[in-house]
Amino acid sequence: MELLDNLALGLGTALQPQNVLYCLVGVVLGTAVGVLPGIGPTATIAMLLPITFSLEPVAALIMLAGIYYGAQYGGSTTAILINLPGESSAAVTAIDGHEMALKGRAGPALAAAALGSFFAGTVATVALAVFAPPLARAALRFGPAEYFSLVVLGLLASIALARGSTLKALAMIVLGVLLGTVGQDIYTGTPRFVFGVRELYGGLNFVSVAVGMFGVAEILRNLEDERTRTVVVERVKNLWPTREDLRRMVAPVLRATGLGSALGVLPGGGHVLAAFASYSVEKRLSKRPEEFGHGAIEGVAGPESANNAAAQTSFIPLLTLGLPAHPVMALMIGAFIIQGITPGPDVITEQPELVWGLIASMWVGNVLLVMLNLPLIGVWVRMLTIPYHILFPAIIVFAAIGTFSLGLNPWHVYAIAFFGILGYVLIKCGCEPAPLLLGFVLGPLLEENLRRALIISRGNPTVFVTRPISAALLAVAVGAVALAVLPAIRRRREVVFQDELS
Amino acid sequence: MNGKRAVTDVLAGLIFVVFGLAFAITSLRYELGTPLRMGPGYFPLALGGLLVFLGLLIVGKGFIPSSSTEGEGRLGSVPWRALFLIVLALLFFGLTVRGLGLVPATAVSALLTALASYRTGILVAVAIAAGLTVLCVLIFVLALQLRLPLFGPWLPFSS
Repeated sequence: MELLDNLALGLGTALQPQNVLYCLVGVVLGTAVGVLPGIGPTATIAMLLPITFSLEPVAALIMLAGIYYGAQYGGSTTAILINLPGESSAAVTAIDGHEMALKGRAGPALAAAALGSFFAGTVATVALAVFAPPLARAALRFGPAEYFSLVVLGLLASIALARGSTLKALAMIVLGVLLGTVGQDIYTGTPRFVFGVRELYGGLNFVSVAVGMFGVAEILRNLEDERTRTVVVERVKNLWPTREDLRRMVAPVLRATGLGSALGVLPGGGHVLAAFASYSVEKRLSKRPEEFGHGAIEGVAGPESANNAAAQTSFIPLLTLGLPAHPVMALMIGAFIIQGITPGPDVITEQPELVWGLIASMWVGNVLLVMLNLPLIGVWVRMLTIPYHILFPAIIVFAAIGTFSLGLNPWHVYAIAFFGILGYVLIKCGCEPAPLLLGFVLGPLLEENLRRALIISRGNPTVFVTRPISAALLAVAVGAVALAVLPAIRRRREVVFQDELS
Repeated sequence: MNGKRAVTDVLAGLIFVVFGLAFAITSLRYELGTPLRMGPGYFPLALGGLLVFLGLLIVGKGFIPSSSTEGEGRLGSVPWRALFLIVLALLFFGLTVRGLGLVPATAVSALLTALASYRTGILVAVAIAAGLTVLCVLIFVLALQLRLPLFGPWLPFSS
């Protein structure tokens, strides 16, 4: 059977001692940045990308993926224990998780989060293995027109599902695409927007963009208002949930796994949306909605399972279409490119060990996370005592050295400063940085396919709407924007995001 | 005009307009081509125009008094010292890492960055810089074997 063969191949790769080691390094780092507020997986992966250059492709991707889903685990730990979500998707977990901790039930809350995540991660890994090959096969038949429409869909759908002003998100995408045109033109080799600087002929580096927009800008935000973190950690007792807890967890975990797996595939949705959606579903379906907000275990198990499932399935569009669903996946594209692999539908057939090894490593990583996190909870929480004024210089210096080492090009370091300031100002103005990074990564793909499609159609622009798949993709993209703009749905979307936190 | 809503929308919109104009005007210098065979200037010109349009819409939105919630629309405080020092540190690193080598460039950049926080005094900053420099040499040169000279040609004692 194909599925089993693939999984066996993947496990064989993922269980090689070296790969298990990198998986461990990845999930440990991921848990650490998940625990620490002020540094998220996007900035961390961007900083570590240059380092992975010297690793084997499989090992590099396994480690980077581990950082991403490891951060989901770490974020929930601090959310539960000290009401400080280290990662945005854990904000929901904090609502009921911290209430449980206050009632002396931190142990069961942590166990519910870990067990739910483990179950969801396992199922989502299988979902990835089942759905990836047929999708990749379908995508192999895509021509430039279809690819153009697919990228448009990916970009526009990311606004529909993201927070904040639709108009600003659109403008951020366009700005990102424009910044992506810096460098030599793919067809004619004309250097564009380089202002005579030779070092810019290769274009701006997406590591600079990501570190600047997500790392430096975030540091500046944190330095606006320096507070001391006081951390009081009590020993966590009674880790194991009661039989009643387990009974109450089953249905939410199952529902959240399905919900999260589905939402994770959508562009821009990913783990944050999945966590929020699961919380509102559980609250609505519960026989005891009044317990939500006061320590309902369903409110921990559901969102935690959902965000973990979504974190895994968001690899589906990346591995099958080469299309990132959100900034972390955009960086994974960069990781593929650094290794000399262009992500897209052929990767799965041309590099099966790589793709299946990565998929299987996620399951291995989930096992490691459960083994690592529950017993070592005290160690993780103690990490919070690292003062921020030591942490942020380290982030800046690592970012500078790492980015420089990528091409020994000082302009990539200057670009960090540029994007740091730009990101900081724009974030202060209420613009989310994620659409810009997606636009930047997908921009060249958009332009290349647009131009190629028009050359093939002899300049006939109707090609995008007369080819059925392309037309369908564009229709969905328009629908997604319409959804985001329509007031009624807009309001409900904001409710999903904000209501639960207030 | 609602003063609260305006500031962030107007500023964001203006940034988009400026970038859009800059890209559009510069792309006029490149060959535009035809829709059939687009030149290097076509795509950025079109998108630059689109960005100007979106930016103007956002500016316009900023002038419409809306039912914005309290607190939204204001900029808030800016950590000028941190902004200045972090940018300076990055520029210094980029400018000197080749000439001075990894160790001095890292040490000075780390020192500048550490001083960005109001909580860090000069002694603590020196300690942070020293610690980070050692850590970076260990990680990047010893563990990852990056080929960066520790001390560069600008310094008299390195050949």
